[in-house]
Amino acid sequence: MNIARVTSKRPFFLGLLCLILILLSTLPVYGPGYTVVLLTSILLYVILTLSWTIFSGPSGYISLASAAFFGAGMYTSAILGKTLPLPVIIGIGGLAGFLLALLAGALTLRLRGMYFIMFTFGLSQLVQHVVLWWEAHIGGTIGRFVILIDVTTVYYAMLVIFVMALLTAYFIRRSRLGLALQSIGENEEAAAHSGVNVTLVKVITFAISAFFMGAAGAIMATRWTYIDPSIAFNVLYSFMPVLMAIFGGMGQFYGPIIGAAIFAYLEEVLITRFPYYYMLLFGIILVVVILYLPNGFVGLVQKWWKGGLAGQHANTRR
Amino acid sequence: MVTLLNIIIDGLLTGGIYSVIAMGFGLQYGVARVLNVSHGEFIMLGAFATWSLYIAFGINPLVSLVICGPVLIIIGFLIHRTLFTRIRTSSESLAAVEGNSLLASFGLLFIIQNIALLIWGPFIRGLTFLTYSVHFGGTAFGANRLITPLVAVVISLAFYLFLARARLGKAIRAAAQDPAVAGLMGVNINRVLALCFGLGVLMAGLAGSLISITYTITPTMGFEYTAIAFIVVVLGGLGNIAGSFIGGFILGLIGSIVTYFEPGLALIAYYVIFMLLLMVRPTGILGK
Repeated sequence: MNIARVTSKRPFFLGLLCLILILLSTLPVYGPGYTVVLLTSILLYVILTLSWTIFSGPSGYISLASAAFFGAGMYTSAILGKTLPLPVIIGIGGLAGFLLALLAGALTLRLRGMYFIMFTFGLSQLVQHVVLWWEAHIGGTIGRFVILIDVTTVYYAMLVIFVMALLTAYFIRRSRLGLALQSIGENEEAAAHSGVNVTLVKVITFAISAFFMGAAGAIMATRWTYIDPSIAFNVLYSFMPVLMAIFGGMGQFYGPIIGAAIFAYLEEVLITRFPYYYMLLFGIILVVVILYLPNGFVGLVQKWWKGGLAGQHANTRR
Repeated sequence: MVTLLNIIIDGLLTGGIYSVIAMGFGLQYGVARVLNVSHGEFIMLGAFATWSLYIAFGINPLVSLVICGPVLIIIGFLIHRTLFTRIRTSSESLAAVEGNSLLASFGLLFIIQNIALLIWGPFIRGLTFLTYSVHFGGTAFGANRLITPLVAVVISLAFYLFLARARLGKAIRAAAQDPAVAGLMGVNINRVLALCFGLGVLMAGLAGSLISITYTITPTMGFEYTAIAFIVVVLGGLGNIAGSFIGGFILGLIGSIVTYFEPGLALIAYYVIFMLLLMVRPTGILGK
């Protein structure tokens, strides 16, 4: 991961980022209503992918538990929606994701590689079925209605979560925590021997990344207005962040963000143009990306930009 | 006493299907290193192929096992050669191979499921085959259900003999131990791995045929069976084929016991066992 090269271009990227943020924050004033709705869904995917990358990018641990944290946020919103103000709900939703990840992280300390992937997959499935059983046998109903909030408020809430996630991701990456996480990704034993508290670093970053997923879930539930366990804990939300991050390219900080934005837009276009073939096309795109874009979209662009200096990004993914 | 017998037989009947599903899944992961999330979709394909042959031509489902088998092996073989061989040769480390294969198979899941939806529509189907009941020690079971564990045991035995005795089976075991060295010893590694994937698809298809004669089927049914395969494979030990066979029956028994007390909790019990095993004993019940 070439931190040095990014820092040399920092003023440029900072300016570009500020410009994009200003554009995004003023958009509801002049943009059409549909654009706001579209950008909300794009931001959702960007947040999920970005927060997934906070932990899984540098450490190399592929987590498939995103759906559990996202769904936990959604259910928080559905249960508390009528009684508490919105920012509190989002905070509690994030906290729900955080605590679930803390628990899961503390339990999975010994697991690596495929075992970690399977455990996180099992976690999201288990949570889904427990909630389903609970709702059916104790709650009495399967689905829940969530209080409706107007589109612009949802958009701004999503934007705030995005900026928070972006800042967190940036500062973690630049801090000792990020460095420790990266060294775990390179070689966990060596990191432990160099005095990194491997367990603590992993659990904390895993939980932080889950916080934003939970928060995004809490606000997104108000857009969808009706949720049940198979919607909130859909296995798609576990796989999507992984695919989008790889699609964007995990070698660069902004790769997953760009990947998620393009992917989410693509999904919207495919759904409206080809409603019956949408998932089929989606699958084909996934396979093609895995086969032909190992360094992601950003990697591809960089390769063109630099006139085919291919070897430079060979080790961006583990 | 009759209740107990009922629970045990019921568990073994379900377990037979679980075994076949998990053996294919375990073979694909243990040798070809593909954690095939689309395994359930091949089960669905097998089920719908059997259903279509029965509805259109009145072909006996047990005969369509024989017809579908070779087709499924070829499909699996070709998928591995076009997709996973490329991933295997272009990724740097084993972890990257496994991660990328997992994601590619997730794409495959969407492709197969949606092609099936376009062909057969989103309806729930089922066929009636051998529905008369068989009585045994005070219990009664449909004859169609009794066939499944028998077929499962026959398939497993044939598969075991193939791995243990046949030359190709030895090549597969060599590839499972060390693909690089097996390649040096003259095993055509790409072909053997593709064959393993094809055999996994075959097992999925056979399981699908067995499912179609006992349960209702839909094009979206695949994922729940993939999840079962995940659990059984961890129960028996990742990459341990014999473990998958036994694990399937054990999980079937657990399922029928839990269902007897509280029907809604069976899946939850599966996942709790799955996660406990991963934490306490990741090598599975038969592991070292």
